[in-house]
Order: sequence, then C-alpha cells, then structure tokens
Amino acid sequence: MSELLRPAADWELKSMLAQFGAQNLAVEIVGAGSKRAIGHPVQAAALLTTASLRGITLYEPTELVMSARAGTPVSQIEVELASRGQMLPFEPLDFGAALAAPVGLQTIGAVFATNNSGARRISVGSARDHLIGLRGVNGRAEIFKSGGRVMKNVTGYDVARALTGSWGTLAVMTEVTFKVAPLPDDIATLVYTGLPEDLAVEMMSLAMGTPFEISGTVHLTPKHAARIATAPVGGRATSITALRIENFMKSVRYRKGRIMEALKAYGQPMELDLEASLGFWAEMRRLVPVRFSDDILWRVSTSPRKAADLVATLRRHMPVEATYDWSGGLVWIEIPDCADAGAADIRRAVAIAGGHATLIRAREAVRREVEVFQPQAPALEKLSRGLKDVFDPQGLLNPGRMYQTM
Amino acid sequence: MTAIRLPEPESAVVARRDVIVKDLVAMLGATSVIADEDGRRAYETDAFTAYRCMPLAVVLPDTTDGVAQVMAYCHRNGIKVIPRGAGTSLCGGALPAEDAIVIGVSRMNKVLEIDTPARFARVETGITNLAISAAAGPLGFFYAPDPSSQLACTLAGNIAMNSGGAHCLKYGVTTNNVLGVKMVMIDGTVVEVGGAHLDADGYDLLALIIGSEGQLGIVTEATVRILPMAEGARPMLIGFESTAKASICVSRIIASGIVPVAIEFMDRPAIEVCEAFAKAGYPLDVDALLIVEVEGSEEEIADRLGYIAGIAQELGPSSLIISADDAQSAKIWKGRKSAFGAIGRKADYLCMDGTIPLSQLTYVLEEISNICKRYGLGVANVFHAGDGNLHPLIMYDANNARQAERAEQAGADILKLCVAAGGCLTGEHGVGIEKRDLMRVQFSDVDLAQQMRIKSLFDPQWLLNPAKVFPLDGRPELTAGVADPAVAAE
Ligand SMILES: Cc1cc2nc3c(=O)[nH]c(=O)nc-3n(C[C@H](O)[C@H](O)[C@H](O)COP(=O)(O)OP(=O)(O)OC[C@H]3O[C@@H](n4cnc5c(N)ncnc54)[C@H](O)[C@@H]3O)c2cc1C
Ligand SMILES: Cc1cc2nc3c(=O)[nH]c(=O)nc-3n(C[C@H](O)[C@H](O)[C@H](O)COP(=O)(O)OP(=O)(O)OC[C@H]3O[C@@H](n4cnc5c(N)ncnc54)[C@H](O)[C@@H]3O)c2cc1C
Repeated sequence: MSELLRPAADWELKSMLAQFGAQNLAVEIVGAGSKRAIGHPVQAAALLTTASLRGITLYEPTELVMSARAGTPVSQIEVELASRGQMLPFEPLDFGAALAAPVGLQTIGAVFATNNSGARRISVGSARDHLIGLRGVNGRAEIFKSGGRVMKNVTGYDVARALTGSWGTLAVMTEVTFKVAPLPDDIATLVYTGLPEDLAVEMMSLAMGTPFEISGTVHLTPKHAARIATAPVGGRATSITALRIENFMKSVRYRKGRIMEALKAYGQPMELDLEASLGFWAEMRRLVPVRFSDDILWRVSTSPRKAADLVATLRRHMPVEATYDWSGGLVWIEIPDCADAGAADIRRAVAIAGGHATLIRAREAVRREVEVFQPQAPALEKLSRGLKDVFDPQGLLNPGRMYQTM
Repeated sequence: MTAIRLPEPESAVVARRDVIVKDLVAMLGATSVIADEDGRRAYETDAFTAYRCMPLAVVLPDTTDGVAQVMAYCHRNGIKVIPRGAGTSLCGGALPAEDAIVIGVSRMNKVLEIDTPARFARVETGITNLAISAAAGPLGFFYAPDPSSQLACTLAGNIAMNSGGAHCLKYGVTTNNVLGVKMVMIDGTVVEVGGAHLDADGYDLLALIIGSEGQLGIVTEATVRILPMAEGARPMLIGFESTAKASICVSRIIASGIVPVAIEFMDRPAIEVCEAFAKAGYPLDVDALLIVEVEGSEEEIADRLGYIAGIAQELGPSSLIISADDAQSAKIWKGRKSAFGAIGRKADYLCMDGTIPLSQLTYVLEEISNICKRYGLGVANVFHAGDGNLHPLIMYDANNARQAERAEQAGADILKLCVAAGGCLTGEHGVGIEKRDLMRVQFSDVDLAQQMRIKSLFDPQWLLNPAKVFPLDGRPELTAGVADPAVAAE
C-alpha cells in the first residue's frame, strides 16, 4: 500500500478514481479507517479516505432532515443534533470497544456503507431506513446522485438504499442525507434478571407485541452481563433482560406500569431511571458486552423465534456467550478462538434457522480463510456480481472486502 | 390524451397472437387466460385512465410456478410482460401494450403465515393491502402502510410503487415494512431475497426491487412487518384562514418534538368536496385544514392533542375540533381517504404527487394555484403535509381535448416546480408513463444510465414493463420504433 489519498471534493475523488481505472489499480476505501484490519484484507494499490470530505451541509430541525459529507464524524453530527433536541434514531453502534480500535471516530458515510444500526432499530428502523439521499462516485468514476432531501421519494430506482451495507464495494459516498428524530423527553428501562435465553426471547417478543412502543430489547448471558458497569445493573453474575421505554414523562410512567403488568409472569424487574438508562444503553451502543478479547465474535441475524434454539444448538458443539438484541432478531455470539472460527457449525445452524451470519472478530489468519459474510444462493450471487459490474466493472473498489472473489 | 408517446408494437408478436394464446392455455389452463376482447378490455388501463391499450392477452396464474412458466415462455419468445396487481396505479404503471402479455397476481391472494411473536406476515402479493391488516387485526396487529386505495390495491402494486399513506409519517412507507420477497425473474428463475429476519444479507437488493415499478421481476410472495395496534388513536381538525399559517403550524408541531402518526392537509376546494361526500364535520369557512392524528392511551392522546392544540392556538386558528369518539374519527378519515373519489365525481382530474421540503410549502402552494390559473383550470390540494408529499388534483374535462392537454402541461409545470424547490417528481405514486419524460428534470444522464444498467442486469432484453420510468430516448439499444403519438391515444 503506497499512497494515502484524501479527496476533498467530488470532482477530486472522480479524477482519482479515473486514474486508478486507467491503470486498472484497486483502491481501498475507508472513512476513519478504524476497522480496516477486519474482514478480508483488501489488496489495493492505494488507500482512499473520506476524512477530508467533512461537514454538515444542511440541517432543518423543523423537517427532521440533515445532510452531511461522508467523512463527517458521527460524534460531530450527534452534538449538532443534540443542540436542537434531536438524535440519530437508529443509534449506530461504535465498534471500537469490540475491535480494540479507537472509539468515537466513525464517519457518517461508513455508518450507511455498513448499515450500522443499534438497539432502537427494532422500533424505528435501521440506518438504511433513514437514508433518503446520497451523492457519490462509482467505480466508473462517475459522479451520481440518488434520492434527495425530501422524506418521500419514489422517483426512479432506490439506488441510495441499495448502497447501504455495500461496504464501499460499489461506490464511494460523498454526501448522505438522512432523517433524524426528536430526543425523547424521558427514558426508563426495566431490567429482568436470571431469565434463561428462551424465556427472555419469549418475553421480549411479547413485550414488542404490546402497544407500548418499546424502543430497545436486549438479553445478555451472565458473562456478558457482568461486563456492564452502569449501576444498578452492573457487575451481576446473572443474565439480564432489558426493555427500554421512551416518550414524554407521563407516558413513560404509564407504559412502565402496563408493561410490568403484562409481563408479571417473568418476575419483578429493576427500574432504571433516565440517567441510568442513558448509561446502560450507551454501553450497549459501544458493544461493551462483547468488548475486545481473544474470543471470536459473530453477528447473526435471524427470526426472533429461532434465536434461542440456534444458540442452544451451537452449545452442543462449543461454549457460547450471547447478547441478544432486537428482541432476539440479532444475536452477538462469542465463542473461544478456534481454527475455522466455528464457521461450519454456525453457518449450518443459521441455514436451518434462516437468516445470516457475519464474522466480526477473529485472528487475521482465521479471517483469511473464513468467509466473513454469509455465502449466497447461486441466483442471488449472480445478481450480486451483476450489481458489482453495474457500479464497478473493473473491480477497483475494495476488492474482496465482502466476498473473496468479488 | 396524446402527449405521451409509446413504442410501436412489434407486429411479428401481434401476428402470432393466436399461437401465443394457445400456448398460454396449454401452460395454465383456460380459466387462467383471458384472450377475448371483452375480457381484455377490463385490463386496458389503470387509474391513469387517459391512456388505454388492449393487451395481447391477460394471464392470472394461481401459483408462483405458473408465473415462472409464463415468464420463461415470454423470455424465450421475446414477448413483453406487464405485471399487474389491481390496476389502481395513478401514473400508468400497469398500462398494457398491444404486443405484451399482462401477468396479474390478483388470484394469488392468500395469507401464508402470521407470526405475532416475530411480528411478520408472509402473504401472496395479490392480496389487497387492507386484507393483510384484516387478517392480522384479530391478533391485535396491523400492516402499517395505508394508501388511500388500500381497499383495492394489492401488496404487489404497493411493492412495485413503494407506496405510502397517511400514517407513513410515523411508520414509514412500503420499503420500510417489507422484510423479504419471492420474485420471479424474467427468465423464470425464482429468487428469494430477505426473509423473516430484520436485515437481508449482502447487497440490499430489496431496496432496488421495492419501487422498481414492475421492471425487475414479478413479486409473488412477501414477508412484511406487522405491528401491534395502538391502544387508541384520535384525530383533530385545525382550520386556518391561510395556507401559510397551516404550514407554519406543521413545522412547529414537528419541531416541538412530537411526531404525530399523520398530518394531512386540505385546501378549500378539497374541504368542500370531501365534506359534501363524507359529512365529517370539516369546517367550511377555512382556507386550509389540517388533520393531525396521535396514538396512545386515552390520557396520552388527551395530553398530546392538548399540546398540539397549544401550538395551534398561538397561530390563531379559525377552528379547532378534537374528534369526540371513534365514529367521528372514522368519518374524518373517510372524508380524507375518499378525497380523490369525491373530487372525481365532480370532474376528471390529474393527480400530481411531487414532494417538497416543508419549508417551501407556502410558496409552492401559491405557485401551484398560479400555474393552474394560467391554464384556466381548477385545482384542489389534499396531501400528506407531515412529509411534504403534495397531491394537487388538477380538474379538467376529459371530453375536451384542449383542456386535457392543458391539464397535462399544468401537471408538468407543477412537477418541475417541485424539483426546483428542492423536492422530487413523485413521492409515492411512481413514474410510470406519466412522469417518464420528466425524469431528466430530476436526474442527470449519468444517474439515469446507472439506473438503466440495473434494469438491464435484471432484464437484459427489457421485456418487463419496458415503456415505463425511463425516457424512451437514450436507452440501451431496444428503443427503436417510437410510435406516432396517435397510436397511444384512445
Ligand atoms: C467484519 C466487520 C463486520 C461488521 N459488521 C457490522 C454489522 O453487521 N453491522 C454494523 O452495524 N456494523 C458492523 N461493523 C462495524 C462498522 O463497520 C463500523 O462501526 C464502522 O464502519 C466504522 O466506521 P469508520 O468510519 O472507521 O469506517 P471504516 O472502517 O473506515 O469503513 C467501514 C466500511 O465502510 C466503507 N466506507 C467508509 N466510508 C465510505 C464511503 N464514504 N462510501 C462508501 N463506503 C465507505 C469502507 O470501505 C469499509 O468497507 C462491522 C465491522 C467489521 C469490521
Ligand atoms: C383513489 C386512489 C387513491 C390512491 N391513494 C394512494 C396513496 O394514498 N398512496 C399511494 O402510495 N398510492 C396511492 N394510489 C396509487 C395506487 O393505488 C398505488 O400505486 C398502488 O400501490 C397500486 O397497486 P395496484 O395493486 O393497483 O397495482 P397496479 O396498478 O396493478 O400496478 C402498479 C405497478 O406495479 C407493477 N406490479 C403489479 N404487480 C406486480 C408484481 N407482482 N410484481 C412486480 N410488479 C408488479 C405494475 O406493473 C405497475 O407498474 C391511489 C390510487 C387511487 C386510484
């Protein structure tokens, strides 16, 4: 890797990519670059960062909309939003603690490039759901736009959303426009302790079926729960299951009561007030329960109904600690270090349950060998390859980052 | 009307019609094929009724496999395909072509699975939008996107158009509520994208499929999110003497930190017609009416409506009515949801669908009224104000060719205005044929070429709904033979 490129404008990025295209040389795309060592190592002639594409370009609090250049740190965006009583509703995770990387650097472009969403995704939708427009430069060195700055837009194909979760392999986003939301007046969290996983998932699903708009549902097995520091949840040796309620104050009080009533059979919960709730959910957002260690970390997306079974199946083959988010629809699975990262067992279990598994953390030697993203069915793989060709026919952008041969 | 050009039908295909019909009958059985003139007539247009065209034949398969067989057949024989749901498209999305087979999914309307703990429903896409909520309702759940046409329109059409509705301010549009689809590709291959889990793996193909207006494949099954019903919901009516005040009110509500489930806007002509139709108790002495709905328990609703009333009071509303009970709420919504139909009884109309930034609302509404005056036409506005999705209804007389033409011109001017104001051509109805030739107002050639490459990836021969969405000129080859406009006319 010889060069570090820092384009500061769309046209500059375009001319850089045109040059790489002319020489048929690959380029690795990063935001803050904090997680580049993870996933398949990208073989590229140069590293291109969006760090100089920085700044909030539009913010209309009365329309709940913001535009920012892709390299703008999320931390800067959240400070600006908070000053007007608003937030990024999908609460993107910070992977620093889980990956032994710096915390707080992540860029807004990378949030959308990886469709990074946290606990509130269960009630309000993912990063992808909040993206309404973008500008970017594709692998053909063409500047393009998709979507716009308005909330509803079905003009032409939804290219902007199609680029979320594409990990910089289709195009480099230079500016993103997204929906924001008001901060809730009040937050409360109900924490149930000692529930086994199947009951916890059952309870979380039941809670999500009530009309009380629960905005976070997580379950942590004992070892993961012990890593939480926020009092009074912190430092317990039992599993914890947490439900978050957000709204105006009177409503939170009312809903808390109704939920406890509905879930009486699962025990008497601890109640976290606003401050403790902020602390706890901030730890969840920093992935504290799966913070860095030598253990292997997988991220599994499945139907909540299947989550606990899937983990139980895996336990027949290996010790497993798990953090369930999205009422069981997302499971962070931690297993001891091993040669194939447990990929064969995990992917088999996921194939049965439905969904997909992504390898998040493993030694480099392991990562070289294991498919990081879920291998796709042939018909879908053909479409994925085709889509790569549409945007980046020469395969210049992040070759191999998602799929080894793409 | 004559302004929109359609490609010349391929005479070789039209000439083989009898053989093709025989083949289709052999594949699906006679009950699933409509070939006679009267039968086909029912499919010659959609809700964009100014344009009509008899299809070669119509098939209504019962299964995904049936769809796949017909698709593979069309692919082998180079025959165009028009996917169809209920035909309520307002942009000519389901308009047939003389050399094309309409594949309708309306007979595939079963609920396959409802899973309330995991909060999804798996259905065949020919099911109507409302039927999903009807099936989930007894379990305490509903399917959120609620186009006004929900009684008739199918999930298939909703997926193809990425349809929205009044309550999308809170719950999002179709693309935010579909988790997975089963889709038949043009060569007959069946792909499954996503599923019961919240995020699909790999590239976000669902994002491309939803809103692709039947150009990428035929969606036969879908897994959709269902949500628990709120404890209660209640609308309030806020009337203002000016649209300016109403739009300030919308901005202030949103800025205050409340996101209601819906904020709908009606202007005077719309209020009059809807009130006459639904007797909803709309005030008749105001220039602008907002319907604002919130959800929750009785107390929560009272609290929030009180808060919103406070915001409205500061602007001196001409009237402020909180719905007293469910019966009145139902009437209020009936008035809104039947707005198009009610106006349609008075006059023919073209329904525009541009979206604008809320801050431009007052300016844009004024300009719309100026534009229509210039063309000597009446206009009524009834739309989703919370998200800036306008629906100017330009009224005209379809039997008067001059007027019809002027209505189309006024519509085009309005859409250009929306784009210039920072918005877009269509917020929920889609491009179809109606806005196809305006796409360059919003997109550069690079943007369009990129989208057309995606079309070519899924459908290399451009057999699926080809005359729609993209301007006919500047397409990859295939565009030879643009017909004389007269061919497209009635
Ligand atoms: C293997 C792995 C799996 C992960 N899985 C998930 C997950 O499933 N869900 C989740 O929410 N988070 C996931 N993350 C975390 C997420 O990627 C990081 O939190 C975040 O991307 C870091 O921000 P950054 O600015 O340092 O990004 P970087 O590490 O610099 O970039 C992250 C990715 O985004 C691309 N990218 C960055 N900027 C742009 C841009 N402007 N245009 C186009 N592409 C761009 C990069 O090429 C790279 O592929 C995962 C991380 C890794 C390493
Ligand atoms: C009175 C009235 C009110 C309306 N209100 C609203 C509203 O509030 N919000 C809104 O968004 N829209 C509204 N619409 C527009 C229309 O109802 C929607 O676009 C609807 O989604 C169309 O559904 P349909 O089943 O009628 O589809 P059709 O009109 O049959 O087809 C629409 C498009 O979908 C494609 N298609 C159909 N089936 C499939 C399939 N299986 N696979 C792939 N593509 C397919 C067609 O080719 C066509 O391009 C309204 C229309 C009317 C007449």
